[in-house]
Amino acid sequence: MRRTLAFAPLVIALVVGAFFLWGLNPDRDPNEIPSVLIAQPAPAFSLGPIPGVPALGLSRKNLVNNEGPIVLNVFASWCVPCRAEHSVLTSFVERNGVTLFGMNYKDKSEDAARWLAELGNPYERIGADVSGRAGLEWGISGVPETFIVASDGTVVFRYVGPIVGETAIKKFKTALVEAGAIKGDQN
Amino acid sequence: MAPEIGHFSLALGLALAIIQSIVPMLGASKGNLLWMHSARSLALGQVAFVTLAFLALMYSFIVSDFTVRNVAENSHSLKPVLYKVAGTWGSHEGSLLLWVLILTVFGAAVSLFGRNIPDELKARTLSVQAWISVGFLSFLLLTSNPFERIFPPPADGNDLNPLLQDLGLALHPPLLYFGYVGFSIVFSFAVAALLEGRIDAAWARWVRPWTLAAWISLTAGIALGSWWAYYELGWGGWWFWDPVENVSFMPWLLGTALLHSAIVTEKRDAFKSWTILLSILTFSLSLLGTFIVRSGLLTSVHAFAVDPERGLYILALLAISIGGSLLLYAWRAPNMEAGGVFKPISRESALLLNNLILAASTGIVLFGTLYPLFLEAVSGEKISVGPPFFNNAFIPMMLPLILVMGVGPYFSWKRADLAGVYQRIKYIAVLSMLGTLLIWYLVKGGPALAYVSLLLATWLLGATVHEWLNRVRFYDGSFSDFVRRVQGLPRSAHGMTLAHAGLAVAMFGFIGSSAWKSEEVVFVERGSVVEIAGFQVTFNGANQVRGPNYIANRGTLVVQRNGLHVTTLYPERRFYPAAQSSTTESAIRSTLAGDLYASIAEPASEQAGNSEVWTLRILYEPLVNFIWLGSLLLVLGGCISLTDRRLRVGAPKRVQNKKTVVAAE
Repeated sequence: MRRTLAFAPLVIALVVGAFFLWGLNPDRDPNEIPSVLIAQPAPAFSLGPIPGVPALGLSRKNLVNNEGPIVLNVFASWCVPCRAEHSVLTSFVERNGVTLFGMNYKDKSEDAARWLAELGNPYERIGADVSGRAGLEWGISGVPETFIVASDGTVVFRYVGPIVGETAIKKFKTALVEAGAIKGDQN
Repeated sequence: MAPEIGHFSLALGLALAIIQSIVPMLGASKGNLLWMHSARSLALGQVAFVTLAFLALMYSFIVSDFTVRNVAENSHSLKPVLYKVAGTWGSHEGSLLLWVLILTVFGAAVSLFGRNIPDELKARTLSVQAWISVGFLSFLLLTSNPFERIFPPPADGNDLNPLLQDLGLALHPPLLYFGYVGFSIVFSFAVAALLEGRIDAAWARWVRPWTLAAWISLTAGIALGSWWAYYELGWGGWWFWDPVENVSFMPWLLGTALLHSAIVTEKRDAFKSWTILLSILTFSLSLLGTFIVRSGLLTSVHAFAVDPERGLYILALLAISIGGSLLLYAWRAPNMEAGGVFKPISRESALLLNNLILAASTGIVLFGTLYPLFLEAVSGEKISVGPPFFNNAFIPMMLPLILVMGVGPYFSWKRADLAGVYQRIKYIAVLSMLGTLLIWYLVKGGPALAYVSLLLATWLLGATVHEWLNRVRFYDGSFSDFVRRVQGLPRSAHGMTLAHAGLAVAMFGFIGSSAWKSEEVVFVERGSVVEIAGFQVTFNGANQVRGPNYIANRGTLVVQRNGLHVTTLYPERRFYPAAQSSTTESAIRSTLAGDLYASIAEPASEQAGNSEVWTLRILYEPLVNFIWLGSLLLVLGGCISLTDRRLRVGAPKRVQNKKTVVAAE
């Protein structure tokens, strides 16, 4: 018994070591922690439109029973990376026919309206989250963030930060293909 | 030229380490005294060459020699000299060089100061220490050469991270490493003893001062690191259960256990195989920390640049050192005969409980830290384990420890008189309850756990001080007798009292700043008033100020209490154009009662017309300074204990005298 017990530390160390060996796989990125919302139904929220912007408001019921997946982008006029991301999102809408909804996060309506007027409005619906309450429900950590919501209202993907640059765009496109929002061979 | 000298010295250091890892060991098994004694000059030669290499790298940093890749990537000519020096250990390569330097320093220290250690044990210990040196020096030379050149050299260095230009941050890695790596010598002692097959009270006495020295610097390093996070990061927290914090905390917990179990081995010749196992595991956890920080295995804010090849190399080193030593342990430990017997109520039992709790808490921290990896490997699911887990699992584990810690020192060895102990401590128990009730009456409200912790902290402080006063018989006899007894008491007893009291003091800080912390995050404009913890804070706008290498937005906050002016705080948001990054300079009003902590962040909207609106974050952290005060007492207690004659290496005769005095008490 004593003899067997003396081997216990070694056995534990070996097991832990085996996990480490697995963990060293260079393709693994431990910094990527997906949202708890993934594979969950979209949270309940209801937002009015931005005054002065023609797009309709946004609530949970707009995210369910759609024909295809929806892309939900959280943006704000005061957010500089959002400006950079805007053209990428616009091209997804214009060239790939993606349905894009927006959530205008903690923004002033006149600033948001001016911003959309200047850069163009690719959003089909925009909810004005003035208080940040809906953003809290979605668990966003900053602006911009982009979600893909399946036609039944299930959140299937979350991207934190601007979708800018080759790697980010490729990653997002892959997620769109997997969600069925666009076809794989589309460019 | 300097980089070449440094590189060459490292290679020479490795050569000496290889010889040191073989010759003294052979000498010890053949009984060749000359071979055994060669360890001394080899260890000294090794430390000389590694120091030379370290100085060469430091020189390259100071003169900003950008032909060295390491300097170009981790320094900048505009950095203040102090931070150029600190840059030496700021990168993966440089910090590893520091790691090896400390490793060799401990080896050399044992060969110099360990005069009373028997030749064979010393020779084996130094050989084992050299095995570790060989592993890490070859790692340094083969995968992470700090002296690699680049051509063409860049005109200027790359890094000027302003967040890292801070004294506390610059100094805490050396301290942390000193503690971390210091446990290597304890590991070497343990492996040498296992090889020799002889572990006795004398062994424990030789090991204790080294354990204590490592523990002291680890304590100081952790405290300094947490202090830096507290005032520099601008979040107002002092511990985040980040993996990198955890990997320094685990050796501390286990090292603390080792410190106590070695006492039992020394005094009572018991817990032998347990002490050996702790010696091995404590250093294994240090190695684990080195591995985690440098392999990118877990997500953390501190990690170094990641390279899978390096990760594999360290993992191989880990497998050999930890696996090998544990295999040796499994083979040899069952043959160790059990030492002194003891009753369930005794000093031994109290220390056993201490060890069990500390080991179990280490297990909890280890599990929480590695759980994301385990889960991902098994199910592919990715999660992060945060403070809620650690707080819920760790704190309830610690509370019984505090209870035992208060009463443990009253117990005598072998068999304690429970009734007698009860007589001596019952008033302390009643007093601490009354004290807690008083606080509850004054403060009202707050989590129940906070009051339980408060009760235990008061109990620990009272019991510790009372025990000391009893020992020096403060309660009877004249004052001059008292002074004489204070002087007569072994230093290690004073040290224990100070360290235990230090933990109690730090606990007040932990409790106050977690349970009664108030926090306000608001948008403010000129003239906005925020109420917090009885203070009225008025925001008087922000203006731009120019620093030596930054531009800052400095907010002015007038703090009043009951209409009386208390202080004016100037939190800053600094922008460093050269580094293109910003830092938060929080403004803190520090008193023993608590810190009022203010920081401002970018205006809520970047619109020009709106730049007068700021995000103000203001916190009140009651008693937070007790944490650093308590840590200071812990370190001080350790230092005083280290000067105890019994622990002093090289005074074997006095040891006998002291022992009889202690036994007579």
